[in-house]
Amino acid sequence: MQRLQHILGIEPLSTEQITFILDQAKPFQEFQRYPLKKLATLRGKTVAIAFFESSTRTRISFTTAAMRLGADTMNLQAESSSLKKGESLIDTVRTLEAMRPDGIVIRHAASGAPEFVAERLGIPVFNAGDGWHEHPTQGLLDALTIRDKKGSLGGWNITIVGDILHSRVARSDIHLLTKFGSRITVCGPAMWVPRELETLAPNVRRVLRMDEALEGADAIIVLRVQTERLHEPAMAPEEYILQYQLTPERLRLAKPDAILLHPGPMIRGLEIDPAVADGPQSCVLEQVTNGLAVRMALLYHLIGGAPADAPHPAKERSNAAD
Amino acid sequence: MLLIKNGRVLDPAGKTDAALDVLLDGEKIAKVGGNLSAPDAEIFDAKGLVVAPGFIDIHCHLREPGQEISETIETGTRAASRGGFTAVCCMPNTQPVNDNASITRGIVERAAAGAAVRVWPIGAASLGSKGEALAEIAAMKQAGIVAVSDDGKPVANARLMRQVMDYCNPLGLPVIDHCEDSSLFAGGVMREGPASARLGLKGIPAQSESICVGRDVEMALLTGARLHIAHMSAAKSLEYVRAAKRAGLRVTCEVTPHHFTLTDEDVRYDTRFKMNPPLASRADRNALIDGLADGSVDAIATDHAPHHAASKDVEFDRAPFGITGFETALALGLTELVHTKKLSLMRLVELFTTGPARVLGIERKIAAGQPADLTIFSTDREWTFRASDSASKSKNTPFDGRAFRGAPVATIVAGRVAFRQQS
Repeated sequence: MQRLQHILGIEPLSTEQITFILDQAKPFQEFQRYPLKKLATLRGKTVAIAFFESSTRTRISFTTAAMRLGADTMNLQAESSSLKKGESLIDTVRTLEAMRPDGIVIRHAASGAPEFVAERLGIPVFNAGDGWHEHPTQGLLDALTIRDKKGSLGGWNITIVGDILHSRVARSDIHLLTKFGSRITVCGPAMWVPRELETLAPNVRRVLRMDEALEGADAIIVLRVQTERLHEPAMAPEEYILQYQLTPERLRLAKPDAILLHPGPMIRGLEIDPAVADGPQSCVLEQVTNGLAVRMALLYHLIGGAPADAPHPAKERSNAAD
Repeated sequence: MLLIKNGRVLDPAGKTDAALDVLLDGEKIAKVGGNLSAPDAEIFDAKGLVVAPGFIDIHCHLREPGQEISETIETGTRAASRGGFTAVCCMPNTQPVNDNASITRGIVERAAAGAAVRVWPIGAASLGSKGEALAEIAAMKQAGIVAVSDDGKPVANARLMRQVMDYCNPLGLPVIDHCEDSSLFAGGVMREGPASARLGLKGIPAQSESICVGRDVEMALLTGARLHIAHMSAAKSLEYVRAAKRAGLRVTCEVTPHHFTLTDEDVRYDTRFKMNPPLASRADRNALIDGLADGSVDAIATDHAPHHAASKDVEFDRAPFGITGFETALALGLTELVHTKKLSLMRLVELFTTGPARVLGIERKIAAGQPADLTIFSTDREWTFRASDSASKSKNTPFDGRAFRGAPVATIVAGRVAFRQQS
């Protein structure tokens, strides 16, 4: 298996690599329930967390994952950095690099920014979401959630609803799940679901009517409606709710054991009815925990540099820091 | 006197393709014939080489005045001479914009002082290229402009376009439009299609261009003006131009080497693949090649657009549009079009010579009394282009490291050897 140097996207990964990451994440799921949540595995290592676009969840998740592995973090927030003074991405990143971190987690509004950084720095780069391109750790945590709930990743009908065009989550999910043989239905207002999406991967189909898209679904991934996009074009939220909100009635069109995922943050009452968000089919809280597990697995392997067959750190109690 | 001996003279003007010698005397061609001799003349042995009329690039950016950090008239024309060009038309989107006679005169004077090839400025169509009021077109014409354009952006307002066309018509100036519908362009960075969907980059539909081409053809019908479509990239645009030509309108168009070579499938997160118009779909690219072959396209133009390294070493979204093009244009034409048998060698030479000359309303041929501007090239020499060796101040080209078959060997401007490949 090709060793990962960076995690820039799901598209270039093999099913073997993805399975390895998910398998490595499993013990870290259990680990989140330990009373002492700190390992010494990455003690002495520093992870730079560079967010050039606002985010709460992913930033906290990566920061917590790094800390629970024993690493220190250094945070760069676009709002408080010199980016506003016109410093270029490459200068900002080079400055961070000069402080000798062992890896860098980057979120950026421009598609391809993590690849740009990876080509110029000699440390592992973790894509925490780039523009409309990919959000690979979200794809992996969604996959872990689906695998846990459904037993495997292959052969399912998975419906993704919302603004697919502008969604890096959708792209990572589509690449990942189709690699394992699941079928994807993308659904949303036509201007957010361009025909070209069907060429992203095999077995992707575009359906504009919500009822048709939900029929027979094994899993439904509801995307956040980015209210800042509702002006592109101007569209009343009521229109979106009328046509695409996931309501209890619509959920019944899916298979009875269908599961519901949402990358968060959720806007209750817009893309999703609160009764569905909090219902028995919802996996949104498992997704948050799985996000930690997947990110710990990636940080451990890419920064720790352990061989693929090394004993898993979360299984070695002697590894605990205190 | 310079005597070019043993070459294969290829002149689209008279459909000449023969082993002929060319004798240059001062700035003019003195004589063309078989086995010429001139005891006093310096001899240029062109054995195995093609001797063509001097190439004209009707679309480039020399960045002077104002952006000399990226290019100057001197460095840009040196790069042009290395590409085989004997004359280049520089677009007016300098700083300040070339919208008045004093800027035009400045460019002409700077060119006279230090340019390696002829520089024929293009004036702005509107003041500041803002699309509001007419630029000082007649005064610029006196100062030396050969066409008008607001290149970099379209003349967005149809009424102003009509006025520009009406005004330029009696002046004999072609109106060159960078065709784009800004509401469809909407901040896009590459062609809309499967590749933009995959890369998550904001797409620009081909209709952003073709809608504007269609409108311009309508305006040309209304005014009878000479309309030239810059850097055409879409099959639909070509259809409008073909229809206009069939209807007898004076409408011409150009295609760049990168648009006949690359497609949107080649785009990576590498700003050397970011230009406007963006690289088109494979179907559009193939349609452009058909147009180059069948005569619907009039000229190959480089749209040489130098940008200094720091401005391009940024995220794809933030980078300026444009790539350099002088030194790879002929090699791309030979490698991608002639050696692949899509175009005849004569047709390729036409697209670099009589084609652009017709757009400008001038003559270009190898005959006694004509200006001694010649482009001498090899159709077979194999070489690899290195951007680091380029004479341009900027190195923003996706063709760095590309292997070619065919290369410029010498560029003669007004009887003087502006460039000669050291063998």
